[in-house]
Amino acid sequence: LGYLAASLGIGVLQLTSSTLRPILWVTYVHLLVIGWLTQLIFGVAFWMFPRHSRESPHGKVRLGWACYGLLNAGLLLRTLGDPARAAGWHSEPLLGAAALLQATAGWGFIILMWPRIRER
Amino acid sequence: VPRASVWCLRAALIHLGVGFSIGGVMLAAPLLHLSPGVLRLRPLHAEMLLIGWSMQLVFGTAYWILPRFRTGAHRGHQSSAMIAVLLLNAGVLVAGGGQVIDRPDMALVGRGAETLAALIFAAHLWLRVNNVTGRAELRSP
Repeated sequence: LGYLAASLGIGVLQLTSSTLRPILWVTYVHLLVIGWLTQLIFGVAFWMFPRHSRESPHGKVRLGWACYGLLNAGLLLRTLGDPARAAGWHSEPLLGAAALLQATAGWGFIILMWPRIRER
Repeated sequence: VPRASVWCLRAALIHLGVGFSIGGVMLAAPLLHLSPGVLRLRPLHAEMLLIGWSMQLVFGTAYWILPRFRTGAHRGHQSSAMIAVLLLNAGVLVAGGGQVIDRPDMALVGRGAETLAALIFAAHLWLRVNNVTGRAELRSP
């Protein structure tokens, strides 16, 4: 919900200036689609998808927390890195780290949810 | 979880993983000294994450969780849902791939397949959300 508000705020901000628009567009889209939509899906799926087992209904909870941390760390690094790159600063290491963190979070979520999606 | 939803949800997860990985490669391209040509993958990245991941996950969950019929096949004809899943996934790959290799005709065919899949899903789920007919009832998954 925080990302939803932040992205919509940035969406308004980018419309106020033609200079800001190309700098903030990518940040706006990723905060909305990854920060809000994908993260909302992650949270609801982790909560309501069929249980992993009677003993451990949500599966590997620690992996769930790791995905949450990695996704948000990656997204925040990207939120800093994209405007910095657009401004001409050397932000490649920041963006490389963001890429690795977010991709790892995505595959971690797949490992977490795959066994819970089974035919009944 | 019904079979059509299993297909849908697992395909959505694969789109998530591949889509995130493509995005990661594009983002890290300058650091890894990759050709700027990798940025041409952006339409496939967007198609996989918006349609292949988000929309397909919604379809899979809706098919599983929406109200079911009291009699007959509880979720309607599963075969039409399966056809929609296949069309949607083919559509994502063809539409995304077509944009990457600059083939608008392919992209058009892919988008057509996605639209057809959405129409099949809509027709399939319509009666299940139309409780006024009395043919469907709310039941927990």
